Amino acid sequence: MKKAMWTIFGGALLLYIVIVMVIAVGPAIDLAQTPPGPGVVPLTPLQEEGRQVFASNGCDYCHTLQVRPLPEDVPFGRPSAPGDFAYATPEMLGSERTGPDLTNVGNRRGEIWQYMHLYDPRAVSPDSIMPNFKFLFREVKAVPEGETAVSIPAAFAPKNGDKVIATQKAKALVAFLMSLKQAPIPGYKMNGGMGGPATAAAPAASAPAAPAGGYAYDAAKGKALFDSTCAACHQASGEGVPGAFPPLKGNAAVDNADPTLHLHTILHGAHGVTIGGVAYAGVMPEFGSQLSDDDIANIANYERSSWGNHAKPVTPSEVAKIRAAGK
Amino acid sequence: MAVTVESLPASTRSVTGKPGDDHALASVFKAYTISATFWLVFGTAVGLLLAFKFGAPDFWAEKYLTFGRLRPIHTNSVFYGWASLALVGCAYYVTVRSCGTRLYSVMLAKVGLWLFNIACAAGTIALDLGYNWGDLEYREWPWPIRLVFFVALAITAWNLLATIARRESKDIYLSNWYIVGGVLWTLVICLVAILPWYQKGLGQVAISGYFMHNAVGMWFTPLALGLFYYAIPKVLNRPIYSYALGVLAFWTNLLFYPMLGGHHFLFSPLPWWIQTTAIIASVGMLVPVFGGGANYLLTMRGRYHGRIESYPLAFLFVGVLCYIFGSAQGTVEALRDMQAVWHFTDFTVGHSHFTMYGFVTFAAWGGIYALLPLATGKRPGQFGMALHFWLATTGVAIYVISLSIGGTMQGLDWIHAKPFIQSVVDMKPYYLWRGVGGILMFLSHLVFVWNVWRMTAGKSGDAPSPVMEPEEAAV
Repeated sequence: MKKAMWTIFGGALLLYIVIVMVIAVGPAIDLAQTPPGPGVVPLTPLQEEGRQVFASNGCDYCHTLQVRPLPEDVPFGRPSAPGDFAYATPEMLGSERTGPDLTNVGNRRGEIWQYMHLYDPRAVSPDSIMPNFKFLFREVKAVPEGETAVSIPAAFAPKNGDKVIATQKAKALVAFLMSLKQAPIPGYKMNGGMGGPATAAAPAASAPAAPAGGYAYDAAKGKALFDSTCAACHQASGEGVPGAFPPLKGNAAVDNADPTLHLHTILHGAHGVTIGGVAYAGVMPEFGSQLSDDDIANIANYERSSWGNHAKPVTPSEVAKIRAAGK
Repeated sequence: MAVTVESLPASTRSVTGKPGDDHALASVFKAYTISATFWLVFGTAVGLLLAFKFGAPDFWAEKYLTFGRLRPIHTNSVFYGWASLALVGCAYYVTVRSCGTRLYSVMLAKVGLWLFNIACAAGTIALDLGYNWGDLEYREWPWPIRLVFFVALAITAWNLLATIARRESKDIYLSNWYIVGGVLWTLVICLVAILPWYQKGLGQVAISGYFMHNAVGMWFTPLALGLFYYAIPKVLNRPIYSYALGVLAFWTNLLFYPMLGGHHFLFSPLPWWIQTTAIIASVGMLVPVFGGGANYLLTMRGRYHGRIESYPLAFLFVGVLCYIFGSAQGTVEALRDMQAVWHFTDFTVGHSHFTMYGFVTFAAWGGIYALLPLATGKRPGQFGMALHFWLATTGVAIYVISLSIGGTMQGLDWIHAKPFIQSVVDMKPYYLWRGVGGILMFLSHLVFVWNVWRMTAGKSGDAPSPVMEPEEAAV
């Protein structure tokens, strides 16, 4: 009588333990030893505190932290490599993208954008459905010594004229978000796809053949790239955000026969500019390492021909020339 | 078909006959059901609020009500508070009755219930205060709280095994294989999820994939299937179609299910062999799913009219259908080509409600409506059960269909390289319909509260006996 019981339950338990050892625990022990990849470093104490804020508030339920070797993941960076996660504990690879992946967000957005977006996502992304994180900020009559007010567009700022300052938690969170930068792995491309994991032995991408009759600007591609790369700060209307991100509409650098400054800024970024006596505090990331000459030409031409701008189109070879000239 | 002795739940043969034992069992079953019902209403009220926030992101965006803190409260409450407690309550009844004996210890069952409830309450509070263990899905509770849950589970295993050990018959009815198997496997799952040595970087990712799906497939699935094997023959008053098919499903489920967790991390940096093994195991799952599912449907064959007259059977029937189709959907989702479209989209959320709600929750309701009146002698009202059934069924259908369509569009938006925000904008109408489905589901839970009241403390209702007339008499 007892025998049947122990055969069934003991057998079922033992078989299960064996499978779990082989499929989960064994691989986990091995994978936990994965060495850090090139350029992957531990977080600073402030960034570590920010990761706690990120986890406590469940940011990971809507934002993944993994890039797949699939074409649709190209906007988020190169495919994630095993060595990227050596210091990523707790793991936050995530299971849903109600919002975009954040693996490489530190290379795409600046700090000022992050503060503004956390305070009210609608201030920079009108269609966003992310909750506001106003509880990470304080509203004060006067900005205390040593603090800086977060720049918020008037329509989204406190109605009573109070200034907004970031709490320690917000600063830590933004430090963590800014730390999310992929270290480049040369040749590590989207060639994994269905067939296998991403590999470093990427075949050299064949250079696109120059279209007969010279260069043609792809307006649809230019708009799509602008919307996904630039509109977060400069806005789809090209009007920017006062005090933070300059307008491109009627911008002297954009709407200019000489594209040097325009292309230089896209390639190498910018640190606070003053246009027409108005200071814009936002820091623009460099996009030279993230976008090809072709993409940058398409974006630049979209900007040069939209919102009433009428500047002469640029070609990918002009982009290449300015890229080669360096900073 | 030869009817073996084994294919009949033993309770149709003998009970202890002592009223004190029956009363004690009923009190345990009642207590678990009432606790579970509380967590169902709480967890789904939070779920409804979350659904509303998709359309009104600034609504109640305060610290303790922010989306990211409430989301794990919703999932953990319905997992560990509702589904676990409801199924454990049913499991106690099924094990005792199918062994034709009395419960080993009422005290242990009640201590277990207290510990389960303490874990759920403490877990909810910890998550709301922002204490979680990273956003590791379904194991967000801080580990000391999950240790309390583990102890409650160990007490349950002890109590069930000791009950089975004192059975009168030689054989162990199939329900008990699934129930005790589920409890023992889950002890392993909980332990693997807590042990610290490999919870680092990618090692933790491997455990997340394993845990996420094993907590579902080696806990809720076997408990619900064990309940099916008892409640369906009981309600129909006829033996299970094939005992052997049930045994086959048991062992193949055990072989394939533990290996498929990696399909949550397809295209991730996890080793490619873990991902491929997970896909193969996901396809292998078709054997226990179709085998077990066919077994239930063949047991119900010829009693189609009964499914409309008997609401306990109607709940069990929907549970079986969602088990078959929800699981088959899971297999299709696990294929790389499909995962490239659906991964990270709301299609996954639709799938989890198709299975955890359509299958597991309907199974628990079917089990409670079929068995609780037998334990307490009190029945719900026929209208109450009908209202519950149709609100819940319509609600979950709207929920799953809207998120399946919307999730597919979301995935295609990404493949077509549209700006990310386009996929957010395109989901708006589907989020709205999901909310409509959610409202109906939540209303059905309030009706369920009323029905549980009538089956336990309140005045007995007018529903017929959950056990149908034997076929000879019905013809």
